[in-house]
Parts: sequence; C-alpha cells; structure tokens
Amino acid sequence: MPLLDDDPKAYPRVMISTRSMDENLTGNWRTLRPIIDAKTCTGCNICWKLCPEACVDLTDKVPSIDMDYCKGCGICVCECPAHSVHFVAESAS
Amino acid sequence: MKKVLSGNHAAALAAHMARTQVTVGYPITPATQIYEVLAEMKAKGEFLGEFIAAESEHSVMAALLGASTAGARTFTATSSHGLAYMHELLHWVAGSRLPIVMVDVNRALAAPWNLWTDQTDSLSQRDTGWMQTYCSTNQEVLDTVLLSFKIAERVMLPSMVVLDGFNLSHSYEPVDIPSQAEVDAFLPPFRPELRLDPDNPISFGALTGPKDYLRLRRRMAADMAEAEDAIDEAGREFGQMFGRSYGQLDAYRCEDAETLLVTSGAVGSTARAAVDALREKGLKAGNLRLRAFRPFPAKALKAFVKPGMKLAVVDRNYSPGAGGIFAQEIKAALYPRSGVSVHGYVTGLGGGDITIELLQEIWERVDGAPKTDPVAATWVEDAR
Repeated sequence: MPLLDDDPKAYPRVMISTRSMDENLTGNWRTLRPIIDAKTCTGCNICWKLCPEACVDLTDKVPSIDMDYCKGCGICVCECPAHSVHFVAESAS
Repeated sequence: MKKVLSGNHAAALAAHMARTQVTVGYPITPATQIYEVLAEMKAKGEFLGEFIAAESEHSVMAALLGASTAGARTFTATSSHGLAYMHELLHWVAGSRLPIVMVDVNRALAAPWNLWTDQTDSLSQRDTGWMQTYCSTNQEVLDTVLLSFKIAERVMLPSMVVLDGFNLSHSYEPVDIPSQAEVDAFLPPFRPELRLDPDNPISFGALTGPKDYLRLRRRMAADMAEAEDAIDEAGREFGQMFGRSYGQLDAYRCEDAETLLVTSGAVGSTARAAVDALREKGLKAGNLRLRAFRPFPAKALKAFVKPGMKLAVVDRNYSPGAGGIFAQEIKAALYPRSGVSVHGYVTGLGGGDITIELLQEIWERVDGAPKTDPVAATWVEDAR
C-alpha cells in the first residue's frame, strides 16, 4: 500500500507561485464577447468601475476592453446605463 | 487591575491589548458590543489598528484574509447567522494558513428566530480547519483571546474563541486585566515567514492538483496535532506570567470520581457548583470541562479517563439525525476503550437554563445507570 510515511512537516503549509498573474490569460474562458457601441456610449465610466477583472481601459473617450483578461461575465452589459454594451457570441466574432 | 466586565467587553479589551492591526466587523446580536467597544476605542485614539466596517460577514472574512496575508494581526467577532454567512471564507482562511482570531458568541440558528445561547453555530464550523476553544468565565474570555493569538501564530491556523451568548457575553464578572507591558512580553508582534509584499511579488492559493492538495491537508493535520501541545504549553507559560493556567481540559474534583459531568462553555462553571452540591451529599462527583474542541483533545481525554468511569455529557447543541456533538466526538475518541460509558444529554437549546439542580439530576441519573453506552441522546429541560 502506498502509505504517505514521510514527515508531513517536510511539506510546505501553503503553495506559492512567483509567476506573474499577467500570464493567467482569463480571456480564454469567455464564450460571449462584450462590444461597446461608440455611437451611444456617454463615457460615464460605469463599466470601468464595475469590471471585476479591472480590464476596462479608459485611455480613449470610448472605453476599450482587454480581451486577454475579460472573462465575459456580462456585468458591463447589464450595468451600462446607455445600453451601449452588447454581447456577441465568440464563435460569431 | 480588576474591573467588572461583560464577556463581550473582555473580548474587545483583549483584542486591543493584543495590538490587533486590522479588525473588520459587521454587527450581530449578541456580539455587537465587541465592535462598539473597539469603535469607541478607535474614536478616542486608543485603538491604533485599522477599523473597517464591512457590508456583510462574508466580506468581513474576505477582508481579514487579505489583511492577514499581508502580515497583519487580525481580529473579528460574530455570532450565529453571521458565522454561517462566513462559512465559505472560513475554509479559505484555514487553507491559506492564516492565524486570524475570531470570537464567536454562541447563539441559536433560525428557524425559528432565537437570540439565545446554543453551540450549534460554532460546532457547525467544525470541519473548516479553525481551532475552537470554549470559555466558561469572562476572565477566561480575555485570557483565551490572548492565548489564541499566541497558539494560532505558532501553528499558523485560525482560532475561534467561543463564549455563550448573554450568559457570558452580557453578564458582568470581575476580570483581572494584565498590564500592556505583560501582554507585550507574552505576545510578541506577528512576523509571518511569507506575506504579500510588493517588493517580492508572489501569489497564494493558486490551483493545485490532488497530489499537492492531499499533502497540504496532511500538513494541516500535523499542525493540528502540534496545536494540542501548543495549547498546553502556551497555557502553562500564561500561568507562569499571570497566575492562571489553561489546558485542553479543565478537571474539577475528579480525583476519586467515577461519574463525571462533561461540559463546555459557561455550563462548565455551573457544573462546578453542581459538583460541590453533590459532594456535600457524600457523592463522588466531578466535572470535566472541554476547553479545546478543535483540535479535539483525544489524547488528553484518553489519558484522563479510567476504566469504569461514566461520563454524563451535557450538550447545548444538536446535530439533527445524530445527537449531541460533544458526546459523539467523545465516543469516537474513546472507542474502543472498554469500561468507559458515555451518556449524552441534550439540553438548553436556544438558551434554556442549565441549572445547578438539572446538572445534579443528570449526574445522579447517569451514576445510577448500568454501564452501557446508550446510542440515543436523552433530551431534558429544567422545568423549574
């Protein structure tokens, strides 16, 4: 029987990683892609404020979403007061 | 210096004297006073830690998870549904090996609504990886908060200090308060080996496979076993400094006793009076109080009991479909040791009085009973 008979205290208490979380491209989880309609966007920044992945960029007047990290959760789609963010299927884009 | 304090005030004072660096809270009866005292101390500039009011208990524990990972000494207090709402984060904190100290003021869980003491809230968190210690006096509350930081930071496991709602939390007793210099000597600053540090970025709690997960839990088991010794060692050191010693168990007049009341929490102090009354009648009664519930003091219990003993276990808690939780754990710890019978009594749920008279009656019933192990719990209440 493969008993675990080594000293359990030789093993660490927690697993850590020194690799950057930048490498964790959560965008590949996404099945629906949020698209911002530049014509109706008012620039209110609510999508930026509420994005749990902090992947909405405000450099330009119309925000842009970093698709390397956007999981497609849809909070921006639901919360945009001007209804300017819409989902399209990843397979269609 | 002695002061007259409620259990809640004693808990808050201990968190302050432990130099808690971050406390996060959300109010719930009967634990709210702990936060009121710390908030008042913060407003006066006495409490120097960060004081954060969160939007829920789930957020309380999430915020403490972050603060403790960053290397802060952390404290909170809750009760009943607040504790239940934290459940997911309790696992996260224990698995992340963070020595957060939390007071749980025992209160019954709904439905139906009930505000009074009942241990099922804390015992429902049995398998989360938190240590649990049950207190019987307000002095023990203050001392156990200080002890819990010491023990938790040694074995790197979170610790829950449990006191009875109202029976301790809102009852006033004389409490001997150590000086800040003495507390500082007993409890040096928290210096974790690993912490979140912008100059040395690392990530914690990332995905692991079964091979690592099994070994991380096995390491936790080894540290829980070490905690049994850590509780006794810290309790002895505390005794040398402050004159009050603590261990996993607290035995009262058990030397020649064959039938013991086995209690936890505030019932443990009532049981001392019941034992005194039984002794006055010439009966050989004793009280064994369990302070530690996690780690479960199985080794200490096995060393303590003698063949032929009868244990009358008083459970102010109930696991539906099973029975009193302390009775179950004691039976499991003593199995298959022959000659010790365990008799479970469920009483005082939802804050019912567990009186000196009722405890005497339970003891007398078990003392006269045949030495067999009853399967089902006996339900009793004090009708007086």
